[in-house]
Amino acid sequence: MTDGKVIVVTSGKGGVGKTTSTAAIASALAKDGERVCAVDFDVGLRNLDLIMGAERRVVFDLVNVVRGEASIKQALVRDKRLDTLFLLPASQTRDKDALTDEGVASVINELRMSFDWIICDSPAGIERGATLAMRYADAAIIVSNPEVSSVRDCDRIIGLLDAKTIVAENGGRMPKHLLVTRFDAERAKTGEMLAIEDMVDILSVPLLGVIPESKDVLKASNVGSPVTIANENSAPARAYVEAVRRLRGEDIPVTIPEDRKGIFGKLFRGRAA
Amino acid sequence: MNLLSLFSKKDKSASVAKNRLQILLAHERTGSGPDATLVSKLREDILEVIKKHIEIDPEAVQIEMDRDGEVTTLGIDIELPVKASENA
Repeated sequence: MTDGKVIVVTSGKGGVGKTTSTAAIASALAKDGERVCAVDFDVGLRNLDLIMGAERRVVFDLVNVVRGEASIKQALVRDKRLDTLFLLPASQTRDKDALTDEGVASVINELRMSFDWIICDSPAGIERGATLAMRYADAAIIVSNPEVSSVRDCDRIIGLLDAKTIVAENGGRMPKHLLVTRFDAERAKTGEMLAIEDMVDILSVPLLGVIPESKDVLKASNVGSPVTIANENSAPARAYVEAVRRLRGEDIPVTIPEDRKGIFGKLFRGRAA
Repeated sequence: MNLLSLFSKKDKSASVAKNRLQILLAHERTGSGPDATLVSKLREDILEVIKKHIEIDPEAVQIEMDRDGEVTTLGIDIELPVKASENA
């Protein structure tokens, strides 16, 4: 019997890479042999199934489980590539009150008993779905693009994490990790894009990782394979693997992986810090 | 700062973004959440104390709470009427 760690992947703003990051992080953990369940909380607009390439195997979903119409075991979809990776899909119902606080609590509790990691993919916004996704978390991954509206929304989410979660209500402080996605080192260097240090400074959240802007992310989603499985040597995959090592408690410096460009890229790769 | 950066053209838009965010978030952070209730209570109490000694416009008291990492700071900015500061 394990006591799994519950991580919410959240951002406030839509389209910054929550689902992509959930899939990539969950897969990277499972590759290390960890038992992982990715939970899609985006009721009505589920997409984690599609990004993980499991859309045709969804039978039951989170709402069915919360309502007692199916057991968790029936609803879990096992990944075809990694046998310790599972998905608990969201429902496509339009009923936005389909999830209840008690229902989510009992699902999370049950998942804690059979998994090492429960990665909750939050819907965008600050409504019920987003607050329920974070409510039972032990830690949060805050996903932000280096862009003003994304950073502002992350700040709102940080406020919610410090007020509306069980950890916060019990007087604790929710551990938070900043994951910057779609980062372009060249543009940041010339001052066209917010620098990583500025984002860390503004949000006051320690950095988990920096995922470079990359064509490989779209390629991976096209074929329904998390980028950490689809192309493990790609820059974003290496960045996610590094973020996961940090999530597991390793104290390693944050690097911004680059696409390998022939022999010179390989020669200098070790020095990029 | 290295020599190369002196020759490269620096775009300033990222620093504009940073400044805009810092100003906006300092304001928004005091506008909601548990901090907001604390700030409004503090504001009332501080006003009471000041009123004992001088007449001031309640609007002239600005209280802001800001967090930076593990440290939360409380900034109090009181605009004193000219007469009051002369008498003090």
